[in-house]
Amino acid sequence: MAAIPDGPVKSETELEVKPDSVNDIAGNPNVVQGIGGTPKTSPSVAATVASVTPPDITDRQTLLAVLQFLKKNKLLESEETLRKESGLCLDNEEQSGSVDGGSVCATGDAEGSDASLLSRVSGVTSAPAAAAVTGAPVPAKGDDQPDVSVVLSAYSQQGDPALYQVYYSGLKKFIESVLDCHRAELSQVFYPLFVHMYLELVYNQHEAEAKDFFDKFHGDQECYYQDDLRVLSGLTKKEHMKGNETLLDFRTSKFVLRISRDSYQLLKRHLQERQNNQIWNIIQEHLYIDIFDGMPRSKSQIDSMSGSLAGEARREANKAKVFYGLLKEPEIEVPLDDEDEEAENEEGKPKKKKPKKDSLGSKSKKQDPNAPQQNRIPLPELKDSDKLDKIMNMKEATKRIRLGPDSLPSICFYTFLNAYQGLTAVDFTDDSSLIAGGFADSTVRVWSVTPKKLRGVKSAADLSLIDKESDDVLERIMDEKTASESKILYGHSGPVYGTSFSPDRNYLLSCSEDGTVRLWSLQTFTCLVGYKGHNYPVWDTQFSPYGYYFVSGGHDRVARLWATDHYQPLRMFSGHLADVTSTRFHPNCNYVVTGSADRTIRLWDVLTGNCVRILTGHKGPIHSLAFSPNGKFLASGATDGRILLWDIGHGVMIGELKGHTDTIYALKFSRDGEILASGSMDNTVKLWDATKAFDDIETDDFTAATGHITLPENSQDILLGTYVTKSTAVVHVHFTRRNLLLAAGSYNP
Amino acid sequence: MADREERKFAELPRDSIKVMAEAIGVDLSDDIAAVLAEDVCYRLREATQNSSQFMRHAKRRKLTVEDFNRALRWSNVEVVCGYGSQDNLPFRSFKDGELFFVEDREINLVDLALATNIPKGCAETMVRVQISYLDGKGNLEPQGTVPAAVQSLTEDLLKYYQQVTRAILGEDQHLMKVALQDLQTNSKIAALLPYFVYVVSGVKSVSHDLEQLNRLLHIVKSLIQNPYLYLGSYIKSLVSSVMYCILEPLAASINPFNDHWTLRDYAAMLLSDILWAHGDLVSGLYHQILLSLQKVLADPVRPLCSHYGAVVGLHALGWKAVERILYPHLSAYWSNLQAVLDDYSVSNAQVKADGHKVYGAILVAVEKLLKMKAQSHAVPAECSASEGRAEREVSPGLSPLQEPLSELGFGFASHILQGGPGVPSEKPVPVPLPTMYNELYDFFGDSLAVRFSTGPGIRHPDGRVTISDRLFQPSDIKKEGCGAGSGNSNVETTRKMPQLTASLSISPRDDGSPKLDPTPQSCSSNSISARSASFHCSSSLPRSKSSSSSRQGQRSAPRDVFQKSRFTHSQATVPHLSFLISGRQMGRRCQGRRFQTSFPRLHPASSSQAARGYAHKLPVIGRMVKPIKRWVCSEYSLHLPL
Repeated sequence: MAAIPDGPVKSETELEVKPDSVNDIAGNPNVVQGIGGTPKTSPSVAATVASVTPPDITDRQTLLAVLQFLKKNKLLESEETLRKESGLCLDNEEQSGSVDGGSVCATGDAEGSDASLLSRVSGVTSAPAAAAVTGAPVPAKGDDQPDVSVVLSAYSQQGDPALYQVYYSGLKKFIESVLDCHRAELSQVFYPLFVHMYLELVYNQHEAEAKDFFDKFHGDQECYYQDDLRVLSGLTKKEHMKGNETLLDFRTSKFVLRISRDSYQLLKRHLQERQNNQIWNIIQEHLYIDIFDGMPRSKSQIDSMSGSLAGEARREANKAKVFYGLLKEPEIEVPLDDEDEEAENEEGKPKKKKPKKDSLGSKSKKQDPNAPQQNRIPLPELKDSDKLDKIMNMKEATKRIRLGPDSLPSICFYTFLNAYQGLTAVDFTDDSSLIAGGFADSTVRVWSVTPKKLRGVKSAADLSLIDKESDDVLERIMDEKTASESKILYGHSGPVYGTSFSPDRNYLLSCSEDGTVRLWSLQTFTCLVGYKGHNYPVWDTQFSPYGYYFVSGGHDRVARLWATDHYQPLRMFSGHLADVTSTRFHPNCNYVVTGSADRTIRLWDVLTGNCVRILTGHKGPIHSLAFSPNGKFLASGATDGRILLWDIGHGVMIGELKGHTDTIYALKFSRDGEILASGSMDNTVKLWDATKAFDDIETDDFTAATGHITLPENSQDILLGTYVTKSTAVVHVHFTRRNLLLAAGSYNP
Repeated sequence: MADREERKFAELPRDSIKVMAEAIGVDLSDDIAAVLAEDVCYRLREATQNSSQFMRHAKRRKLTVEDFNRALRWSNVEVVCGYGSQDNLPFRSFKDGELFFVEDREINLVDLALATNIPKGCAETMVRVQISYLDGKGNLEPQGTVPAAVQSLTEDLLKYYQQVTRAILGEDQHLMKVALQDLQTNSKIAALLPYFVYVVSGVKSVSHDLEQLNRLLHIVKSLIQNPYLYLGSYIKSLVSSVMYCILEPLAASINPFNDHWTLRDYAAMLLSDILWAHGDLVSGLYHQILLSLQKVLADPVRPLCSHYGAVVGLHALGWKAVERILYPHLSAYWSNLQAVLDDYSVSNAQVKADGHKVYGAILVAVEKLLKMKAQSHAVPAECSASEGRAEREVSPGLSPLQEPLSELGFGFASHILQGGPGVPSEKPVPVPLPTMYNELYDFFGDSLAVRFSTGPGIRHPDGRVTISDRLFQPSDIKKEGCGAGSGNSNVETTRKMPQLTASLSISPRDDGSPKLDPTPQSCSSNSISARSASFHCSSSLPRSKSSSSSRQGQRSAPRDVFQKSRFTHSQATVPHLSFLISGRQMGRRCQGRRFQTSFPRLHPASSSQAARGYAHKLPVIGRMVKPIKRWVCSEYSLHLPL
C-alpha cells in the first residue's frame, strides 16, 4: 500500500521547482543531517554548542561512514571534496570546543562514540552496513520512498536474541531506579527501543523470541501508542515487514526524543558501564535525542507533547520565522461611497463612515509586523464582483454580534435527511448562501440555503440570442427552467471526502477516493477540471482564502498546492509519515497547515515549500484544523476527542480542550475569534471560550524557546456549552458573517 | 504459532486453507497450509487496518464491506463482491459439521423483474434546519422567545393558533376546556401573544353573543395565568377588552334573558386578576381604570347595567377603590336608584330588576368596605354599646387564627379578603367608620346589617367548625375583627345592630357543592367547598345573589320568610353549609324577617326543581334556564343557578 509508483518522478519535478525544499523535509533527517544540515547549523554552534552537539555526533558518524564508503569504492575525488567540507566541520567543532570549556566533555564523548561506531562499521565491513548508511539517505532524498530491503537490512546486525529481554529489562530496571525527575524523561526511550528491538527480532526471524519479548513488555508502553502496538503485534514475520507502513515509518525516520542533558548523561553512562551495545546501537541509529540544558521535564509535560509516530519535533524544526500576520486588506473606497449613496447622495458622508469602519475592527491600515510581504505570494487581482462581495462582507460585519462567554451564538443546524448514501463532507460558502455535501455515492450536491434558487447558465445557442449590452445581462444568461433548490454534480468515481467553495462562490472543489480533485462551476453546474496527481484517495482539499490556489492532501502522504489554471501541482509538501488527513490554508495564504494520521501537524511555507512547523501532541489522526481569524493561533482536533491549541509564532502548544468523546470533525473560530466551535462524531457541538484559552497562557521567552509548556487543566472553565443533536454526527461548523453558528451533519437513525 | 497465540485476532485454521485449496484443486501439505494460514491472517488484519481509515474519512462508526473492499482494491487485491448490502448478514451453521456460512438465498430474477409492487425508492436527500436559540449564558432558550429579528411564525405555531382559537370559539365544550388549559400552561406561545390579544380585542364585534364574550374572557384568563408569558404592553389591550365587557351596555343585555351580569362579574374578577398579577407592567393602569369606572358611575345617562359594571369593577379593585369612588358618590347615585326601585309600574319591571342588581352590587361593595375599615381600625375601635358578648375575651386567643383564615376564606367573606389586593394596610380614613356606617345604614337598612349582626342562635351542630364555616359565623367574624390582616368582621356594626340576630346552622352533610369545580365562580357560589380556588372570583355571584335576596326581603313585604330550600346531593364530599339568618328589623319597613340562604349543590338533576322554585320568587328573571344546562356541559361555565 505504501508503494508510491510516481513518487520519485514527482519529487524530481518538485526539486526542480524548489531545490531548497530538500533541506527541510524533516521526514528525511539523514539528508538534513548528512548534507545540508551541518554547514547550516555550524554558525550557531558557537552560541548554542550544547544543543548542536548531538546532531554533530550523528553528522560525523554519517560523514565518516560515507568517507569510508567512498574510499572503498575508489571515489577519491568525491572523498576529497567531502573530506574538505567535513574538515571544515571538524575545525568548527574544535573551535567550539575550545570556546566552550563545558562542552569538551560532550565532544569527547562524541568522538569516543564516533570511534566506536567507526570501528564497528569498519569491523563488520559488510556491504549492508555501509549500504545502510549510504543507502538510507539516497532514497529518502526522494519522495519519502525508502528502498525497503536496504532499510530493513539495518536490522541485520544482531546480538543474541535471548539477551534482548535481558537488555531491555536491565534498562527498565535502571530507569525505574533513577531519580524521579529523570525517570519521566528516560521513560521516553522505552517505546522506540521496544519497537526497534522487536522489529530486529522479527527481521532476524527469531519469531518466538519476538513474541515473548512483545508479550512481556508491550504492557509497559504508554496507552496512546496502542494503535501502533496493535499493528506491530500482528507483524510476526520478516515477510510481513515489507509493505507495512508503520514499520517503514519507523525505519525511515528517527524517533525524536527531547531529553535534558543530565538525564541523557545518566542514560549514556549506564549503557556504557554495562557495555550494553545492543541498546546503545539502537539509540545511535534509530533515535534522535534532542538534548537541552535545563530542568528535566515532568511527565505531564512530556505526555502533552508526545504521541506522534516519530516522537516529538526537533526544536530547530520550529525555529523558522513564520509570518502569521494578516495581509493588508485592499483598500476599497467603493463600499463606503456606495453605502452612502444608497442612503443619501451627499458629499462628505464617506469620511464620516471611515472611522466607524476602523473601530469595527476591520483591518488597520498599518502593515502588521508579523505579516508577510503583500506580494510574497502572488494573489489574484480583485475582480469587481470580489469587491462587491467585500462590500457585502463589511456591511454584514457591522451587524455582527459580538460574541463572548455572555453572548453565545445561536446555532442553526442543517440536518441532511435521507442521506442513506452517506454524507462525508460539507462546506458552506463564506456568505452562508450555499451548502455543499459530498457523499459516499460519489455525488456532490449543492443546496441553496436562501430562497434564491440555483440556476444554470443557458445553453450556448440561447446565449447567442442575448443582448450583451443590456444591463441585466448577468440575469439574462441564467436559465429559469433549471431553477431548483439543489443540484447534483456527477463525476467522481469514489466517495467524496472533501468539498470547498471558492471565495467568490463561482467554483466548488471536491476530492475523492478516486484520487482526483475536481473543480466544478457553480454557473453551469458541470465539472471543469479534474486534477490528477495524488493517485491515491484524497482526503481533504481547500480553496485558499483568496481563491485561485488550493491545497489537497491524501493517502500518498503528500499535500499538494495547486492553482486552478495548472493541471499539475505547484508545490508538493512531503514529510508526513502517514496519510495527510486534513489541510487548511492560513488566512494570509502564505502557509498551509496539514494534519496527518502520523499524529503530527505540519505548517508549510507556500513560497518555499519548506516545513516550518511540526506540532506534536495529538494521540490520534488529526481530522480537523482551524486557524484563528488573526492568523496567530491554530486549533486542531483529532480522533482522540481532544482539541489542541497552538501558537503559530512560537510553535508551541498552548491549550488542550477536553470534552469530546469521539473524533472531532469540525472546528471553526467565530469571525472575531472569541469563540471556538467544535463538532464531533459524539453528536455534539461544543462552544469554547477561545479568548480565555489564549489569555490564560503566558508564553514567556523560556517556554517559547524550549517549548516545554505546562498546560492548565481548565477545559471545564473554557467550555461554554454543549449542544447535543439527536443522532447526527456533526460534520461541519461555520460562522456566518454575523456570527450565527451553522452546523451540519446527516441524521443517522 | 497461531496455536500458541492468545486470540487477539480472527484466525484462519490451516484446515480452512486446505479446504479452500482443495476447492480449486490444489493439494497442500500441512506445513504450507500453516504458513499460508498465518500469512492470510496477517493480510486480512492489514486490510482491516487499512479499511478503517476509509471508515474514519466517511465519518462513520461502522466499518462496512465497502470500506474493506476499498482497502483491498488499493492493495491491488480483487474485491469481494456480493456483500455490499447494508443489512446484517447472519451466519448460519451447517447441521452436520462445524461449518458456518453466510446465508445467500437465490433470487428469482424473473419474479423480481415482473414484480408489480415496485418499491418507491428512498426519499430525496434534503437539508432541513433547526435553530437553537441561546441566551447569554449558553442555555437553550426555554421557550419560544423568538428574537425579534427572526420573529416570524413557524408553521407549527400558526397551526397551533388556528386550532386553539377554533377550539375555544367552537362548539365543543370539551375541546374548549382543553385548549384553554393548554393556553394556560403552554410555554412556547410567546410569539402568538399578539395574535391572541388581537382575538380578545374582538369582544367589541361580538357584544351580542354572551357565549363568545365569555370565551374571549376565558382566553384572557388563560393568558394572564400562563406563567411563561410576559404580557408587557399587551396588558393594556387586554384591560381595555375586559373593561369593555364590564362597562359597556352590551347588545346582549337587551334581551333580559341573557345573563350579562355574570359576564360582568367575571370580567371584573379578571380585571382584579390582571391588576393583581400584572399591574406593575403598565404604570398608572390602576388609576386609569379607576377614572374610567368613576366616569361611568357618575354618568346618569348610562344604563343600569353599566353602573352595575362600574360597581363590581370598583369592588374588584378593592375596598379602597370603593371608598374613594363609590362611597362619596353614593348619596347622589342613591336617589336615582331609589327612583327606579320605587317605580312599581309594569313598564319599569325590567329596569327595576336591573336596579336591584345594582343595589345588590353596591351593597356587597359597601359591606366589604365597612368590614375592611373596621378591620383597619382594629380592636380599640369596637367600644360601642351592644349586647356584646364575650368577644373581647375571646378575640386575643383567636387572632392568630385569622391569617390562615383569610387565606382560605370564601363565600361571603371572601370578597372581603380579596378586595384591595395591594392596599389592605393603608389607613386613609376620610370618613370615620361610625359615620360611614350610619350613612350606609340609612341607605340599606338591615340589608346591610344582615352581615354583621350576631344572634344568640349560633350553633355548631356538629361541633366542628371548618375554616370556611367560620367565616359565616357572625361571632367568629367578630372575633377575627380584632386582627389586622384580614377583613372578616365588623365588630362595631354588629353592636350597632342589636336588634338583629343571625342564626347560623351548619349542615354536617358533606355534600352540597359540586366536586369538579375548576373555576372560581362556581366555587364561590358553593362557597364553602372550593378552598383551592382563588378568592377574587367569588365576589360576583354571592353578591348578586345576596343582593337579590336582600332586596327581596326588603321590598316584598308580604313574604316574610323565604321558602326554605333544601338541596340534597349525594356525591360531593365537601361540607355543605346551609345558613339561616334571622333577624328582626326594628327599622322602617318590616317587622322582622328570617332569611335562609342555602348554598346549593348545583347539580341540575336534583337541584333544578328546587332552584327553580326558589328562583321564580326572585325579582331577577332570565337567569335560570341556561345556566343549569351549561353547568352540566362545562366546568368552565360562568353561570350558576341560584
